[in-house]
Amino acid sequence: MASAQPARGARTDGAWTADRLRSAVQDFVSAHDPATTDPVEFLGALFDAGLAWVHFPPGHGGLGAPRALQSAVDDELTAAGAPPRAPGLHTIGLGMAAPVLLTFGDEAQKKRFLRPLFTREEVWCQLFSEPGAGSDLAALATRAEPDEATGDWVVNGQKVWTSVAHEAHWGLLVARTGPELPKHQGLSYFLIDMRAPGVEVRPLRQATGEAEFNEVFLTDVRIPDTHRVGAVGDGWKVASGTLMNERVAIGAGAMPREGGLAGGLARLWRERPELRTPGLHSSVVRAWVDAEALRLTAERLRQQLAAGHPGPEGSAAKISFAGLNQRMSGLALDLLGEEGLGYDDWTFRRPEPDDDFSTRSYGFFYLRTKGNSIEGGTTEVLRNVIAERVLGLPPEPRTDKTIPWKDLPR
Amino acid sequence: MSAEPAADLLYNEVEDELRIPLRALLADRCPTGALLTRIESDELYDTKLWAALGAELGITGLSVPEEQGGAGAGWRETAVVLEELGRAVAPVPYLGSSVLVTAALMAADESRVLPEVAAGRRAAALAVPFSTSPGRSFPDTVRLSGSTLSGTVTSVADALPARVLLVPATGEAGPGLYLVDLTAAEDTVVLTPRRSLDLTRQLADITLRSAPAVPVALGTEAIRVLEVALTTGAALLASEQLGVAEWCLTTTVTYVKERHQFGRPVGSFQAVKHRLADLYGLVSQARAVARNAVAALDAGSPTVALEASLAQAFVSEAVVETAEAALQLHGGIGFTWEHPVHLYLKRAKSSALALGTADRHRSLVALLADLPPAV
Ligand SMILES: Cc1cc2nc3c(=O)[nH]c(=O)nc-3n(C[C@H](O)[C@H](O)[C@H](O)COP(=O)(O)OP(=O)(O)OC[C@H]3O[C@@H](n4cnc5c(N)ncnc54)[C@H](O)[C@@H]3O)c2cc1C
Repeated sequence: MASAQPARGARTDGAWTADRLRSAVQDFVSAHDPATTDPVEFLGALFDAGLAWVHFPPGHGGLGAPRALQSAVDDELTAAGAPPRAPGLHTIGLGMAAPVLLTFGDEAQKKRFLRPLFTREEVWCQLFSEPGAGSDLAALATRAEPDEATGDWVVNGQKVWTSVAHEAHWGLLVARTGPELPKHQGLSYFLIDMRAPGVEVRPLRQATGEAEFNEVFLTDVRIPDTHRVGAVGDGWKVASGTLMNERVAIGAGAMPREGGLAGGLARLWRERPELRTPGLHSSVVRAWVDAEALRLTAERLRQQLAAGHPGPEGSAAKISFAGLNQRMSGLALDLLGEEGLGYDDWTFRRPEPDDDFSTRSYGFFYLRTKGNSIEGGTTEVLRNVIAERVLGLPPEPRTDKTIPWKDLPR
Repeated sequence: MSAEPAADLLYNEVEDELRIPLRALLADRCPTGALLTRIESDELYDTKLWAALGAELGITGLSVPEEQGGAGAGWRETAVVLEELGRAVAPVPYLGSSVLVTAALMAADESRVLPEVAAGRRAAALAVPFSTSPGRSFPDTVRLSGSTLSGTVTSVADALPARVLLVPATGEAGPGLYLVDLTAAEDTVVLTPRRSLDLTRQLADITLRSAPAVPVALGTEAIRVLEVALTTGAALLASEQLGVAEWCLTTTVTYVKERHQFGRPVGSFQAVKHRLADLYGLVSQARAVARNAVAALDAGSPTVALEASLAQAFVSEAVVETAEAALQLHGGIGFTWEHPVHLYLKRAKSSALALGTADRHRSLVALLADLPPAV
């Protein structure tokens, strides 16, 4: 692993500006031609130059610069023909593991995990949900018990709906370490080696026909204590931080005007005049307007985030993202009529790292977007989050927060 | 479409600093209780408050360069003022004078009346029906003969407190925009108040009978200037609407935390919480869209007409939905005359019709974004 070389133009007083960063990127790409450099090498060098996430500390892929300046770096990289930041299978690594490691990880964890995560050499998955604990994540039952002899943790349990577990090298795991405590207090957070003995990943076929997600069975899996993130019993705090990042990663990605499904729908409308009806016109224009509203909201959210970490506000964008995607993909089927009756591929397969989803049929999108209002917190649960955490409305009366987890009805 | 660098959708420090004294002034001089009294009086517009915005705060000409008597700020700052005036449903002619007429006079390079308007000494109104949207044909209800105007214009916003009117008229030589000085017009101009749905922005019908008029722009230039004014108005109205929506949301959230039924706050019921969570999302989106339109105006973006119509297409519906929900979630008290929520509902719905309905702006979006209608 190359040692971290701060980008030229770095100033000891830490005063980075968009212009200084742009010239740092220009220097970088003249030394590492994106057209001829191997992508992993390119990304590794980018990390070492502190241009991966400029707001991360030097040595960990950043420069300690204001987060708002990342967009200057990304614009400049795109202009230079660098590989796009499309995360694909790396959404969990880039969107969730990286910020969680930054906030809650220790130095050794940052050193070990951030670089291969950024170079896409290591894929991450998220082992949160269980058959008995979806929305009510804090009810989860997977146990992590200390092995006094070695200091390791020994994990047993079952996770479910685990996206990309079959590709993953590492998983973000929440497990129960204190069953005698109330449910939110008895959890701890770990980084689990998905190739370790006792980890069994089985594909779980979904409504689209393929299997993006999996069941994961954990049997006497050993995790060294150095791979625990945060204190024992602090798992809920780290998990909540992960979820905030997840909702922003899902619902507030950067996009140009007419990016995503809105662009496909607009092009379909333009290219196929014979499909047009007045009612569909009204729906298409409404969808275009709503997609723009959401895109700008996501943009504004990212501008706000420039200084800090995602709060519960990101949940609103995630709700709209799900609803709008569902509406637009359904609308495309209405527009296509007879063609909408078909389906491209029901094969039970697992997506590959470089699969291009944009070539799938609207039938696929119609089905896949149904998951958007479930994954990362259902729309109903996110409404609770906004109501209680953003608007400060009183919680529902609850009986499950104070009694020990082991005594809860199941 | 190309990915332009994103506009700054946040509020900068200057804008935040502008908001504080204005909100304090409005809380002091324009509380909702006083509004409820005012709407029963003959003086629906608050001329004292208007004078304070000009003389005390100096915010009636924010977008106007200093050498033309303004504050030399921009439309972004103007939008923040509109948000606050919307929050207070303040009955002042800011939209008519500091936005519509100001935008027109700036576009036409007019410099005699603009400084007076910018300073707030002379409120001005654009003599078009308030429902007029950008992209319509030039109005033809007023005729020019010699150097005087005759005709009628109905449902004009902010005309009642105005000292000067900017009137679109047609003559032998085609369309033109003319200034009519109401202080000198005597009985050649008659303003008739119209009983209006919006009690805090009362409309008026204008009758001109050989009213002396000074041309500001003629021919295609008049068409362009009027279009600039209407587009600017549509873009900035979204910020006023955002302020209205914000008041509705925050007031309702406060109320449902306090109001108890069935032994608990009504805001703890999930049906209520979920509706408010959705409104929160809607208002957040309205803010992003409104800021985007203002940023486009301020930057003189080539897509400003599209951004303005996008803002109206989205925010007009968002503000109405929020105000309607605010009334509903207040229950019976929300339906009473004593509770101010009806003032906000009236402003919300009227503003949604103003400067083009959401539907009309969607048609403009379709045109500007190349989404042609079915034939
Ligand atoms: C495509 C996809 C990918 C996923 N990927 C992952 C992954 O990588 N890792 C992972 O850990 N998990 C993953 N999940 C799981 C996901 O997080 C859970 O499915 C989700 O949190 C909902 O839990 P549940 O399925 O148990 O539904 P339940 O919690 O049983 O919910 C059933 C219904 O009840 C509603 N409901 C529940 N509680 C409340 C409440 N308090 N108020 C109102 N309504 C309520 C829900 O909204 C839903 O409509 C994925 C799911 C999908 C669909």
